[in-house]
Amino acid sequence: MTALTSSTPARTERQYHVSWADAGPFLALVALLVIGFLVNPDFLSATNLGNVVTRSAYVAIIAVGATFVISSGGLDLSVGSMVAFIAGITIMFMNMMAPSLGLWAIPAGMAMAVAAGLLCGLANGLIVTVGRIEPFIATLGTMGIFRALITYMTNGGTIPIDRSLREAYRPVYFGTLAGIPVPILISAVVASIGAFVLYKTKYGRKCAAVGANEDVARYSGISVIKTRTIAFVIQGVCVAVAAICYVPRLGAATPTTGVLWELQVITAVVIGGTALRGGKGHIWGTVAGAVILELIANLMVLSDFVSEYLVAAVQGVIIIIAMLVQRFSK
Amino acid sequence: MFSRKWVAAAAAGALLLAGQALAADKKVVAVSIPAADHGWTAGIVYHAQAAAKEINAAFPDVEVVVKTSPSAADQVSALEDLSASRKLDALVILPYTSEELTQPVKAIKDMGTFITVVDRGLTDASIQDLYLAGDNIAVGTNTAKFMIDKLGGKGDLVVLRGIPTVIDDERIKGFEDTIKGTGLKVLDIQYAHWNSDEAFKLMQDYLAKYPHIDAVWANDDDMLLGVLEAVKQSGRTDIKLALGGNGMKDIVKKVIDGDAMTPVETPYPPSMIKTAIYMTVANLIGQAPVRGTVKLDAPLITQANAKEYYFPDSPF
Repeated sequence: MTALTSSTPARTERQYHVSWADAGPFLALVALLVIGFLVNPDFLSATNLGNVVTRSAYVAIIAVGATFVISSGGLDLSVGSMVAFIAGITIMFMNMMAPSLGLWAIPAGMAMAVAAGLLCGLANGLIVTVGRIEPFIATLGTMGIFRALITYMTNGGTIPIDRSLREAYRPVYFGTLAGIPVPILISAVVASIGAFVLYKTKYGRKCAAVGANEDVARYSGISVIKTRTIAFVIQGVCVAVAAICYVPRLGAATPTTGVLWELQVITAVVIGGTALRGGKGHIWGTVAGAVILELIANLMVLSDFVSEYLVAAVQGVIIIIAMLVQRFSK
Repeated sequence: MFSRKWVAAAAAGALLLAGQALAADKKVVAVSIPAADHGWTAGIVYHAQAAAKEINAAFPDVEVVVKTSPSAADQVSALEDLSASRKLDALVILPYTSEELTQPVKAIKDMGTFITVVDRGLTDASIQDLYLAGDNIAVGTNTAKFMIDKLGGKGDLVVLRGIPTVIDDERIKGFEDTIKGTGLKVLDIQYAHWNSDEAFKLMQDYLAKYPHIDAVWANDDDMLLGVLEAVKQSGRTDIKLALGGNGMKDIVKKVIDGDAMTPVETPYPPSMIKTAIYMTVANLIGQAPVRGTVKLDAPLITQANAKEYYFPDSPF
């Protein structure tokens, strides 16, 4: 309901009205940076921040897709397993194509990844919408399926990428363009497209409407099935893009790839200000959320205060405090 | 129509019975192991199946049956299934957990089956006839000894540990006890859950935090892969050694190739399941006494002996 009322007066948007809900995650981000600097000045070094933001790219890219799914009233628990599955397929395909296509096997593999992501997302979407199964249960099922498939494909071990492709593919994670790491650029592009679609297109409005109130949306002539299915497809494509950036980092897919990423993704979306029950999504907030999560983990290692046994507990406390601050600052 | 079906059924039944009778003459060795869900267990499955194939081919009157289970509860069910249909002459088991598997294994022991326990002990040691395991403390100790030697007795280290378990604790204990009193100093130690991605991130953070690191120890090879990638990216030259443990083929290959940063490896080899199966069969067939406890050492794998520990076809 809030989503509908807040999105109707178009004039306020043109005045660049900034609400607390929008600014919250960015304030939390700034606060973390300040705390980090006080704890250890190395925290703000270009290398460290570059590393942290680069590795938050996967979660950020996937979370952009998740913002669509969640704001349309769905939930996707399968994204972590899907990354592993798509990374596995991509590597196997690239290795298969390497002898005939040479380095062209890399773009071919990327296209294969996107196609696989699209199909995986479509499968999730159709099970949820046409099959009328709760998204939590449907994607819990596909989560198990994708995880089992990658385990099967690897025999429990690893699928490494062909040596001839390794060096050529490395820059997609480790390379820089105009001094900015490539994964950061990719996630910025993905987030920009996501923001455009969610805020500026008819589909974006439909997403928020369906998530805010399914019945009202249906009476307004919006196809709930179509809107939600497309959200899952967008999620699948985002996962594929993340997998494309993931493969060159370690050059392999294993059964432990992407374990528990789904929880990080959902946390990033919620820290970013999107309500878990659906409604209006906040793409840039989501990206900030992903960076915040990675910064917290980084801060735990760089500080000497926390015993290695308690790291997870402190991370949990920080996330809850961040959410409480947002809640009460409204 | 009906009569023909009945004849067919009777024929099939007779065949089945004949099969049973033939199988009854064979000595059955059941092998119950965890399903392959990460590198090390994948190695266990590979070596167990290799042993089964070799033994079944070499000894016609022995049948080795391998059964993998994805959880402790499944393993308990698997034991019931294995023992329900026929008498087991021997059981080789790598238990998921000690507590949950102790009673079910005892039940099979009570039927007169020879019990071989591998790696993780049961809570009641009197159940096992043969216990075979690696030495996790030695994994830590031998790595530490090599580092002390190689670094000339002093240096700054960072350590990546796995998942909070006895295995992890023992490796860390062996390592810390050995470097105690030397000039080697552990700057930092954190969990990376035996996961390459987490190890990559953690190593990036270590590199950001400490301007000088002499050596890294990741107590498992999956983590070492992430560490090496992070070191490579940083372009840092102060890190002289990056060592792992477990005996993953990629790392053993590095040792064979004479890698400067990873010149040695300490095994906690999944091939121990093969050793256990062979010993069990030796007892069954060759009347070679094997009852007791066997502890495989974790000798340093160097360029000289690395071939012995290199399994290019294994997934691990």
